Amino acid sequence: MRAVITVIGKDTVGILAKVSQICFEFNANIIDVTQTVMEDLFVMVMLADISKLSESFTTFSDSLDQLGEAQNLKIRAMHEDLFNSMHKI
Amino acid sequence: MINTSDILETIHMIDDENLDIRTITMGISLLDCIDPDITRACEKVYEKITRCARDLVKTGEDIEREYGIPIINKRISVTPIAIISAACDASPVAFAQTLDRAAQAVGVNFIGGYSALVQKGFSAGDERLIRSIPEAMAITERVCSSVNLGSTKTGINLDACRLMGQIIREASEKTMDNSCFGAAKIVVFCNAPEDNPFMAGAFHGVGEPDCILNVGVSGPGVVRSAVAKCPPDASISEIADVIKKTAFKITRMGQLVGTVASERLGIPFGIVDLSLAPTPAVGDSVAHILEEIGLEKCGTHGTTAALALLNDAVKKGGVMASSRVGGLSGAFIPVSEDAGMIDAARCGSLNIEKLEAMTAVCSVGLDMIVIPGDTPADTIAAIIADEAAIGMVNSKTTAVRVIPAIGRKIGDELEFGGLFGSGPVMGINYRSSSRFIQRGGQIPAPLQSLKN
Repeated sequence: MRAVITVIGKDTVGILAKVSQICFEFNANIIDVTQTVMEDLFVMVMLADISKLSESFTTFSDSLDQLGEAQNLKIRAMHEDLFNSMHKI
Repeated sequence: MINTSDILETIHMIDDENLDIRTITMGISLLDCIDPDITRACEKVYEKITRCARDLVKTGEDIEREYGIPIINKRISVTPIAIISAACDASPVAFAQTLDRAAQAVGVNFIGGYSALVQKGFSAGDERLIRSIPEAMAITERVCSSVNLGSTKTGINLDACRLMGQIIREASEKTMDNSCFGAAKIVVFCNAPEDNPFMAGAFHGVGEPDCILNVGVSGPGVVRSAVAKCPPDASISEIADVIKKTAFKITRMGQLVGTVASERLGIPFGIVDLSLAPTPAVGDSVAHILEEIGLEKCGTHGTTAALALLNDAVKKGGVMASSRVGGLSGAFIPVSEDAGMIDAARCGSLNIEKLEAMTAVCSVGLDMIVIPGDTPADTIAAIIADEAAIGMVNSKTTAVRVIPAIGRKIGDELEFGGLFGSGPVMGINYRSSSRFIQRGGQIPAPLQSLKN
């Protein structure tokens, strides 16, 4: 199972490191990272393998939420299948 | 890796354009709960619902969390209670109370199926159930009721139309202290679908499996925004294409959620209802899509054509996205639940006659329309008969959910709150239809029924 982690907001120093740190803590393996600036917004998209997550997906997702709130960014983890089903035939 | 702009598009749809799964509805057959002893029958009903739907709400919430898609309602539909209660020689209201308790126990906000199918006449238990609807709606909170009184195959049961006119009035009167809410939980159908996931008309048809999961998607805000992004000189065929593509994406999401939820619940996946279901929230209106297509106000000339295009494009886009389609499938036009419709009705652009015309080309019927409190029962019956005739002749589902606002006049407002919104009291034609309705009997099935 793979999750898409998106980070949207104002670019800050160390954001990639902080998100990666949480992935490491929960044993989520980062497969791919892209980042870009769209309409003045910093957008980072990570693809992570979460099949060996050390805790529940909800706890993992909550931790990312908390980091987002602390950094004034929107961080969310969503199951990859959602995007595949909506955008691929 | 998935395209970043696709990912952002999805997130934007969810965050800013109210994209959501409107409902996952578990259909539960109660045929094995039939018992002549009503107390015993109610016990079986309670046990079966709470057993089958034990994990429904939790499963829905887990999926919301993992996939990041809001699932607004988790609901239950059951076999029409008139069939279950027919064997009992007692008032079926006890079943309504049982359904209410079971719904509360499993945490769903509505349970549908306090219903009767009388399109060709009343069988044992049907009339008793229908006559108990006003009381059942008044004393329960979560139970919804529906009556199918016509079909293309059978014609229209005019006796049932007459009776339902009285029942709707009575349900409103009994709940007049609660915004006449009783009538908002009653739907009268022609050609009722047996796998409809949407309230208040959901019931679990007798040809359905023992337990099944149906999904209703939503997304008027997404469609409106997609239309808004089209160039101002885009032709109407280009608009239709844009709507089709958007409907495809919305429906794929519904298909995914339905598949995952049914796997986790261990029950078969039924259908996706390809719907555009509005809410009173800003940016979640079907009327606003029509206005975005190019109408100054919903209800003006051109509304029926624009709605026909919208409805058709939603189906065409959705049908490829889903392995099985069913329910009502199409755009909904409930007045009180749609900010744009409410506005249009308030300013006089949208009237009941136009709404009737619109129902000939969209998925449902006269839905959530507040009518004056002094509307006679026979006039309500005639409104039902008109709408049923549109459904019967066009081989489509039509429905009536009107709320007589007891003690209120044209221009007053009735406030329901939440997803039910609020609606201005709309004018109706005051000339009598009584002689027609009082004739009773059956309107014969049209030639369209002879397809064999």
